[in-house]
Order: sequence, then C-alpha cells, then structure tokens
Amino acid sequence: MGNMPFVVSMILVGLGFLALITRRNLIKLTIGISVIEMGVNLFLVSLGYVKGGIAPIYTYAPPGFKEMVFPTPQALTLTAIVIGLATTALMLAFAVVIYRHRGTLDAGKIRELKG
Amino acid sequence: MSVVVRTVTRVILPVALAFGAYVIMHGHLTPGGGFQGGAVIASVVALLVVVYGGARLKGAKGWFAVLEDVGALAFVLLAFLGIGATFFRNVLAGSGGLFGNPVPQPGPNPGDLNTAGTLPLMNWAVGLKVIAGLGSVVLLLSLFGREDG
Amino acid sequence: MKRWLFGAAFLVLVGYLIGGGIWLHPFGVPARDEMDRYFIENAQAEVAANNVVTSIVFDYRGFDTLGEATVLLAAVVGVALVLRKVKG
Repeated sequence: MGNMPFVVSMILVGLGFLALITRRNLIKLTIGISVIEMGVNLFLVSLGYVKGGIAPIYTYAPPGFKEMVFPTPQALTLTAIVIGLATTALMLAFAVVIYRHRGTLDAGKIRELKG
Repeated sequence: MSVVVRTVTRVILPVALAFGAYVIMHGHLTPGGGFQGGAVIASVVALLVVVYGGARLKGAKGWFAVLEDVGALAFVLLAFLGIGATFFRNVLAGSGGLFGNPVPQPGPNPGDLNTAGTLPLMNWAVGLKVIAGLGSVVLLLSLFGREDG
Repeated sequence: MKRWLFGAAFLVLVGYLIGGGIWLHPFGVPARDEMDRYFIENAQAEVAANNVVTSIVFDYRGFDTLGEATVLLAAVVGVALVLRKVKG
C-alpha cells in the first residue's frame, strides 16, 4: 500500500493505452495520449517525494522544517508538461485539418496511410 | 455570446491579467514562473476568443508573432550575458545591481523581489513566449477555414 | 484472433507497469539524493533565489529550458503551417 502513487500513475498510463487501442476518433486518441502524459508526469513528481518534505521554496517556509521534496524531478516535469502541451496543440491542429479535408474524424476511414 | 458572459468577461479580464503578471513576476519567490503565468494570460486570450469570436481578434496575430520573437531573442541574449564564464551563467546574481541583492537570510525568509539575477528577466522572456505561442495557437484554431479569418 | 492478441498484450503491459510500480523503491525514500541535496542547500547562496525549482529550470539546467522554448516555438510554427490559409 505504500507505493500507491506509483501504482496510480501506472494505472493512468494503462488507461491511456486502453484508449489508444480501442478508440478510433482522433480527438479521443489525443485525449488518450494526454492521459499517458499525465501519468508519466505524476510518476516523475512522485519519484522525487521525500517523506515529510515541504515544497522546495524558501519563501515563508515553516521555520523548523526537516526535509524538502526533491526539486529536479519537478523542474523536469515542468519541461515535460510544456512539451506535452506543444504536441497536443499540434495533434489537435492535425485533427482539424483532417476533418476539413476528409469530413470524418474516424482513423479507420482515412485509408491513405493504411498498410 | 450573451450580455451576461460579456459583462462577466469585462470584470474577470483585468483580474486574470494581473494574476498572470504576478505569477510571472514572482516566479523566483513563489510557486509559478514564466510558463505558468504565460498560460494564465493565454487563457485570457482563449476567453476573448470564446466571447467575441476569433474574427475580431484577427489583428493580434502580428503582435503575437512580434512577442514570440522578442521573448526568444531576449531569452537567448540573457543566456549570452554569461558567456564570459559559461553559457547561462547568472552574472547578475549577487552583483548589487539590477535584481542583484543576495537573499535576506539563508533558510526561510519573507523574500525580496530584487534578488535572483537573470531569473526574473528570463521568466519574463519565457512568459512573453508562452503568451504569444499559446495565444496564437488558440487564435489560429478558431480562425481556421473561416471566410473572414 | 487479432483482438485476443491485442487484449493479451495490453494485459501483459499493464501488469508489467503496475508490478514495476509496486516493486519499485518505497515511496518517499528516493534512492540517490546527492544532486538534489546540493541544489537545496546551495541554491540560495549561488543563485540568490528562494524558489529552488526556478533556479534549476533557469540556471542549473538552462539548456533544458532553451530546448523546451525551441520545442514550443517549433510547435507554434507547425500549427501555423498546418492551419494556414490555402488559395483555391
């Protein structure tokens, strides 16, 4: 039971994969990829947690604190969030263009790249 | 949109802008920074697109392009300030000049806005970049395929 | 047939991920901590910033942030390219 945050983030990754292999709507595929990103981000942040730690910010920190949560995973998660945002924006733009040209969002009906 | 939505937007708009500017400006003291504050201000752009429609904000695209370039150039130039030692060297920290104060005391302290050297300037550069980037993405998605876009 | 294969592969993957989460090192006790302890202890003296995360993002690991800004720029340029107005 102590490792519940890791398990929960991995369940999020699994749900994202489930959406990727069972859905065909491009918007839902984008949502699935976003859910995978959120699981990975949660996993990264929870890797850096120290028991009893406070946020790694000294402004008005409680005076007698013992531990600080590790800051490096948080900084890298910030990077990962922005990159995930960029890829999500690009995927949505592709979905809009595909709908405009093909009239459908069903990935199974877009035959040009099949095979 | 209806008059209720427009009125509420007019009330919320300055508050959201001020909050985003606060998050960017205090990035070296409190949780937040350029990316987060930029996202807050870009949400104001999204709100304007929802309320007034993308066509009325068409003229902002050029301004967003300029802001994006200014942010990127300012970020790289601030990184080049420390080229005497290494790239990204924080030369302004502790120099006594702009943002050059040392922290008030080691450990927990109330914080001083005039610290941290190049960090607040880089926060503003990245904040401008994120405002322009997300704002133009929202605007382009709302304008695509329209005759008046 | 194909559907059963995908289902089995998915179950194996999810079981592997959850097992990895369970048998990883205990939550709250990170394995290696030298670098983070250095950042926490020295960020106030070296960068003069109270926020350790910001001092890592913009000072210690500035190159990461430069690459991130470049990725953001590339994504915005890609969106503008994909959603451009085509004549005719």
